Amino acid sequence: MLKVESLTKSYPTASGMLTVLKSVSFDMERGASLAILGPSGSGKTTLLGLCAGLDRPSSGSVMVAGESIGQMSEDERARVRNEHVGFVFQNFQLVPTLTAVENVLVPLELRGEGGRAAEKMAAALLARVGLGERIDHYPVQLSGGEQQRVALARAFINAPKILFCDEPTGNLDGATADTVVELIFELNREKSTTLVMVTHDLELAEKCGRVLRLRSGEVVTG
Amino acid sequence: MNFIFKMAWRDSRASRRRLVLASFSIVLGIAALVAIGSFNNNLIYAINGQAKTLLGADLRVQTRSEFSAELTQALDDLGGRQAGEIALSTMVVFPTAENRTRLASMRALEPGYPYYGEFKTVPADAPARLAKGGLVAILEESLMAQFNVTVGDEVKLGTKMFTVVGALKQVPGDSMAVAMLSPRVFVPRAKLEDTGLLGPGSLVRHRRYIVFDDDRDPLAVEKELRQRFVDERLSVDTVEERKRELGNGLTNVYRFLSLVGFVSLFLGAIGVASAIHVHVRQKIATVAVLRCLGASSQTAFGVYLVQGLGLGLIGALVGAVLGVGVQMTLPAMVGQLLPFEVEFFVAWGPVFKGVVGGLVICVLFTLLPLLTIRRVSPLVAIRAQSIESVGRDDPLRWVVFGLIGLAVTAFALMQAPSWEIGLGFVGMLAVSFAVLGGLGKLVAWAARRFMPKRAPYVLRQGIANLHRPNNRTVLLLLALGLGTFLIVTLALTRSTLLTQIEGTGGGDRPNLLFFDIQDDQIEPLREILNAQGAPMQADAPIVTMKIARINGRTINEVVRDKSLDIAEWTLRREYRSTFRDHLNERTEKVVEGEFIPRVQADVDVVPISMEVGVAEQMKVELGDEIEWDVQGLLMMTKITSLREVEWRRMEPNFFVVFPAGVLEPAPKFYVGATRVGDPAHSAQVQQAVVTALPNVSAIDLQLVMETLDGIFEKVQFVIQFMAFFTVATGIIVLAGAVMSGRFQRLREVVLLRTLGATGRQLWQIQLVEYAVLGALAAFVGCGLAVVGNLLLAEFVFSTTGVLSFTTLGVAFSSVMAITLATGLFSNRGVTNHPPLEVLREEGG
Repeated sequence: MLKVESLTKSYPTASGMLTVLKSVSFDMERGASLAILGPSGSGKTTLLGLCAGLDRPSSGSVMVAGESIGQMSEDERARVRNEHVGFVFQNFQLVPTLTAVENVLVPLELRGEGGRAAEKMAAALLARVGLGERIDHYPVQLSGGEQQRVALARAFINAPKILFCDEPTGNLDGATADTVVELIFELNREKSTTLVMVTHDLELAEKCGRVLRLRSGEVVTG
Repeated sequence: MNFIFKMAWRDSRASRRRLVLASFSIVLGIAALVAIGSFNNNLIYAINGQAKTLLGADLRVQTRSEFSAELTQALDDLGGRQAGEIALSTMVVFPTAENRTRLASMRALEPGYPYYGEFKTVPADAPARLAKGGLVAILEESLMAQFNVTVGDEVKLGTKMFTVVGALKQVPGDSMAVAMLSPRVFVPRAKLEDTGLLGPGSLVRHRRYIVFDDDRDPLAVEKELRQRFVDERLSVDTVEERKRELGNGLTNVYRFLSLVGFVSLFLGAIGVASAIHVHVRQKIATVAVLRCLGASSQTAFGVYLVQGLGLGLIGALVGAVLGVGVQMTLPAMVGQLLPFEVEFFVAWGPVFKGVVGGLVICVLFTLLPLLTIRRVSPLVAIRAQSIESVGRDDPLRWVVFGLIGLAVTAFALMQAPSWEIGLGFVGMLAVSFAVLGGLGKLVAWAARRFMPKRAPYVLRQGIANLHRPNNRTVLLLLALGLGTFLIVTLALTRSTLLTQIEGTGGGDRPNLLFFDIQDDQIEPLREILNAQGAPMQADAPIVTMKIARINGRTINEVVRDKSLDIAEWTLRREYRSTFRDHLNERTEKVVEGEFIPRVQADVDVVPISMEVGVAEQMKVELGDEIEWDVQGLLMMTKITSLREVEWRRMEPNFFVVFPAGVLEPAPKFYVGATRVGDPAHSAQVQQAVVTALPNVSAIDLQLVMETLDGIFEKVQFVIQFMAFFTVATGIIVLAGAVMSGRFQRLREVVLLRTLGATGRQLWQIQLVEYAVLGALAAFVGCGLAVVGNLLLAEFVFSTTGVLSFTTLGVAFSSVMAITLATGLFSNRGVTNHPPLEVLREEGG
């Protein structure tokens, strides 16, 4: 489902090229889960960004759902994201001007699949994450945990083949974080989604089938 | 596509109020263009519909001397209906107003005219009574009001008393503007000779109005008459010509006003772009999320482009509606200045043009900030990245800049009367913007560089707001500065011109000019003036003459030779020349050659002195020979000196001065100038002169100034009306900029609040910021106006610019007060709410 080979990312700086990710390789089957662990600056977010097609690698390749995205144009990668990928961010990243249900609908509407059926599906997903009564609320009217649950519903609305989570509980308190994590794994099982999660949280990482540890841009274990 | 519209609508939720306010920046610019364009359309319709009333006849023939027998016969042969008229300037004496006097334009009319249109008077039967004949007169309504004359009162014209039978409201062929310059008095043609006003040398115009009873082409008749009577120097007017002249005149005014309106639209578009810039900066995180969720860069760009288009459309539509509203008020405001009635109707062409033009300019300007959207990376969603750095180096920005330049140039070229003026306008716009923009940047830099570190906190914070990121200093200086510049320049120019005219009569200079003085009246006039305590300061004999040949070639030959590029008016005009044995040291000096004071009567070639300007236009120089036709007698002359003349002095000045010794026997008349004290003295002197010498007319400097001031008031009204649009746009842009930066401002205020700032301190910071901004805009605007006024005075009016400190003071305080009021009003509520409440409201 996800195949990463010799992935390297460098940035030009005043003192020469800075390599933040060095020749990382791994692959994942459908329904598998992977936690990327590492200290700040180890290259976790860069790796996630490259796997999700948010950035272009300096060298190496990434295959998402059978499509090599490394050399795709920005808009082709956007299509791949829309068709195969779901996202959960540390800071939720809901569109503040959209209601909960509208936020959830965005990926479908981007495909031109809006309408009554889609709305029903979005409402059902929101109910599934416990927000059935809050579908018309704006992000600012929701707590952090509730916002992250809306983000989860949004991530699953297009039945993604892969779900990328960037520190999904980083901005949540313990109890709320537990609820969100439970939901992520439940939905992951239900929908047979492949899960890639960047985290600092060892306990959360251990819930994943596999852990990839990074240090200074290199895989140390995994 | 569906998603783009849906998302654009939903995403605008929290910012609709701000966006709509921003869209109002272009409302006034579009309103100005629509109003002016539509009104112009109404005018053209009116001119076409009422064309014949512009002249009141099919053809008007005019000469400055009596019609020759041949010409009279030729006109009689044209048949149809005809009416003659003699027009001259004369003094009207008002016995019912203590014999006060006023220079007026007297028109002695034969019955019949006007053949088209209405001769409007109160009472309405006055034209009929005029046609019946007798010693009756119709007076300009304003003249009657000024001297408190009512129907039935008598006025004295020349040596005769005339009974006023009506007040003139309107007559075909003339506008109120004409009446303002010189009020009209109509009398029956048959009674003119009785007044004794038709002396030799009087400035008389002989006219004949003709209506054909067959369908012959007036233009063909005109051509034939001109060819047949070249020597009579006919002035022939047809309806078509009148229509064209009036149309051209109005088109020029329309074009000029359109350009001013365009400045306002341009400013507004910058305002919209600025608001969109702030909007886009706030939306970058949202764009990044959309990109993560699979939106292509075009889709994301499309969402905000639709918002920008919507913004432009709202602005354009509201502008169009407002423009039509303004157009409705225009006939009432300027209609009286026009020689025809203007009917209001919505002209869809100009409305459509205004909306589309406004939309195009607005969209082009909003494209600049919108381009950033295309370059937002989805990575921004997962990694904090400097939002400021997004989209800075986009090459497409230069394409958009180029398109804006093209659009502005195309508009200017379309609107300007000539391509030179169009390019000049674009150049001036660029220079104004560069100067104002540069000053804005300089101010922001200076605020950072020179702010004393120990100044009170609120002062430092307020001034720091001028240079911090996303400041609006340059934009606001542009908007407010440009408006201030336009209005203050106009006010200063007015002061300069009025001061200049006042100056021409200052000290002991002459301020009362007499003309139409006959040969035998000069001595009696001198005596009257001595008796009245206003001795003659300057007088000059005038001999009328025409040019017959230049360097041996006839006028017709010279005119036909296009390679000479000679101004035709210099060849065909009637010259009123003088002769004397000295130069007038106060008003003229020889710049080339030598002035020869006296010659023998039998000299073969008379040495003459010409004014530099007319010699340049006539393309003659020292040594050239001119043969004059002095009322039938040919006289050969040679230019032996060129003079510079100070025309603005109220003294007799001349294009051509002959030496003493040759022209004395020619039929001549005189002009004279004297100095009077207060208006009462002036009135007393004029009364004494007119009573004894009824045909002598007087121009009072006071009258010239009043007339000029009156014209200025009308012109000023139009220009102020347009400048209002610019200033009001500035205020809207200011309010829009403050509102669009409100969220950013809120965060700081909340932070300061949290750190313990009192509401009073927060309010003071804003006060300092807007006071400084207002003061700078006023300072820059006034400064540019001072420079503009000095340049205009130097290069256009050839005088010294006057600085009216009252004008500058009033302008400065007004702009500052407006800026403060707008700034504080737009930011109201930010400082006196609990931080959390404010944040929740704005965020929702």
